[in-house]
Amino acid sequence: MNPKQSDRRRFLKSGAALAGLAAGSIAIPSANGQSLKDALTQAAADTYKGTPGPAPGQQFDPIYGVRSRYETTGRVGGIGAFHHGPNGKFSRPFLGALTPLQDVIGIITPAALHYYDSHGYIPPDIDPKQHRLLVHGMVDRPMIFTLDDLKRLPAVTRTHFIECNANGTTSGHGSEPEATPQITHGLTSCSIWTGVKLSRVLEMVGVKKVATWILAEAAEGTRFSKDIPMEKAMDDCLLAYGQNGEAVRPEQGYPLRLISPGYEGIYNVKWLSRLELADSPAITERELYYNTTVTEGKYADHKSRWFRFEMGANSVITRPAGGQRLESHGFYEITGLAWSGAGSIRRVEVSTDNGRTWKDAELQGPVLPKAHTRFGFAWNWGGEEAVLMSRSTDERGQVQPSLVELGKIWDVDANYLRTHGLGHANAIRPWKVTADGSVYNAI
Amino acid sequence: MRFSNLFVLAVVLVACASASAQMAKYDNVGRTATPEEIQARDITILPSGKGLPPGKGTAKEGALIYATRCAYCHGATGKEGGPLAPKLVGDTTYERGPMTSWPFATSVWDYINRAMPRYQEGTLTPDQVYAVTAFLLYRSGIIKENDVMDAKSVPELQMPNRNGWLPSRLEDIPNLKKRGGRNGQYPGPDPPAAH
Repeated sequence: MNPKQSDRRRFLKSGAALAGLAAGSIAIPSANGQSLKDALTQAAADTYKGTPGPAPGQQFDPIYGVRSRYETTGRVGGIGAFHHGPNGKFSRPFLGALTPLQDVIGIITPAALHYYDSHGYIPPDIDPKQHRLLVHGMVDRPMIFTLDDLKRLPAVTRTHFIECNANGTTSGHGSEPEATPQITHGLTSCSIWTGVKLSRVLEMVGVKKVATWILAEAAEGTRFSKDIPMEKAMDDCLLAYGQNGEAVRPEQGYPLRLISPGYEGIYNVKWLSRLELADSPAITERELYYNTTVTEGKYADHKSRWFRFEMGANSVITRPAGGQRLESHGFYEITGLAWSGAGSIRRVEVSTDNGRTWKDAELQGPVLPKAHTRFGFAWNWGGEEAVLMSRSTDERGQVQPSLVELGKIWDVDANYLRTHGLGHANAIRPWKVTADGSVYNAI
Repeated sequence: MRFSNLFVLAVVLVACASASAQMAKYDNVGRTATPEEIQARDITILPSGKGLPPGKGTAKEGALIYATRCAYCHGATGKEGGPLAPKLVGDTTYERGPMTSWPFATSVWDYINRAMPRYQEGTLTPDQVYAVTAFLLYRSGIIKENDVMDAKSVPELQMPNRNGWLPSRLEDIPNLKKRGGRNGQYPGPDPPAAH
């Protein structure tokens, strides 16, 4: 039998098996998922009987597919677990998980690899049929929406990154030579979010003129709450129920997440269940922790800077990058991601000589506002030592600063930034390629 | 005859247009929330004190509640903290994290009420929340042991680090550009000279 015939027979057989299943009144997957899964798996096994089947260890799931067993990249960190530092060292507890940025292809982060930092709390188990969004406060008509209500409204789909304000850290793990892009920048991820414009829902409830803030609250145990200025809420916030073509993942806020494009990660309130319009911020606990107080320079004033909102222009080379090794001399495309909370990326420059000279990289598109943007730069490596850097410019003309320039803004030197956390650390990240091809973090 | 028909049609069209303008744009999607439904879920406390329920408590009353409900994670006096729980009483007013540095006592009340004790959220009564708030503020050197915390006294408290947050005026917060924020940074209140 030639291969074509074999394929056709398989197709016919499996088609017959599926038809049989349908005729045999097997329930729809959501009603009886497990038995249908078993039946389909059996049907597949029958179909392929006598032909070379899946290799030992190869997973096969006809209902919800799985990746090849040769693909092993994953997030690091975990709730209550210890963060794996470079070289297998264990260090402080890290209550979250970082995206393996060096392994992400294109601009979209698979939902399963999207970073999360729930600050130690386990995602709640929310039945979408029971979930309600309450919108009240300074409105003409307080309203309650089910998820089905929201899905009846006109939908929009937007590609946006979400970035933790602690991303890009230049101290701690972010300063260690073995750090990978995952360790230095794994607190940003980019998804295609689908949902309803927040402004549309606010129009429905009729916001009173006196309202200047919107307080967004989660349905999880601590009722996480964040204050968002009205102007932002009316601009481009989304009530998202979809992520990359399926329901938002539990650790990303299932069944409903507020997306505040370009703002610090904590403004993207997960498990969204209540929106209150008010004439004042509530100043809940989350406003009071993750802010900046420097202890050197003219800003060493023991003051905390709160509500910093927008993430700056940023970029990182993801290949070649820390933790990787160039196996031979020759051509490599230097590739990486650029993003800005201010809008679209206009330009990315790459330096292979530690910032002495810069050349424009290619923006590979799509170039979308407040989204990861992929760039590429042709490079021939002849075995010499090299320091690779990328520098982004956004549509507002903001240029990603070097470590020294970032220090100047805060009146501290680069060594201070290597030893102290700053938040919003969007400094240019240097990766050093040594003569043997090993690549190290050279911040 | 034909002309009058047209006139009738025009009148009908105008009537229809004005009727549709009065109709909700997204008809029958979502429903009005009742005052009871709102009250059951609205736990917001504003710095003005709006939202604080009736009730009261003192540090003395709070000490026992703290010992049985809070100390397990946060330590015996609130100065210790633990692997998964921050210290609550700071050594300085500007130390990042502890309630000593918080600008409003309403935030202390709100967070205990909203989120504590972990995995038993919502099990403290308003009186108990006032008492634990009083205990932490007493331990932080902000009030006396017998001071009564209630819906009137909590928002009136002058917290020692009230001006340690920039911008300190709440109405200045929304406009990041006006206050010198750029490229994700906001050193303020004195932006460095352009270079």
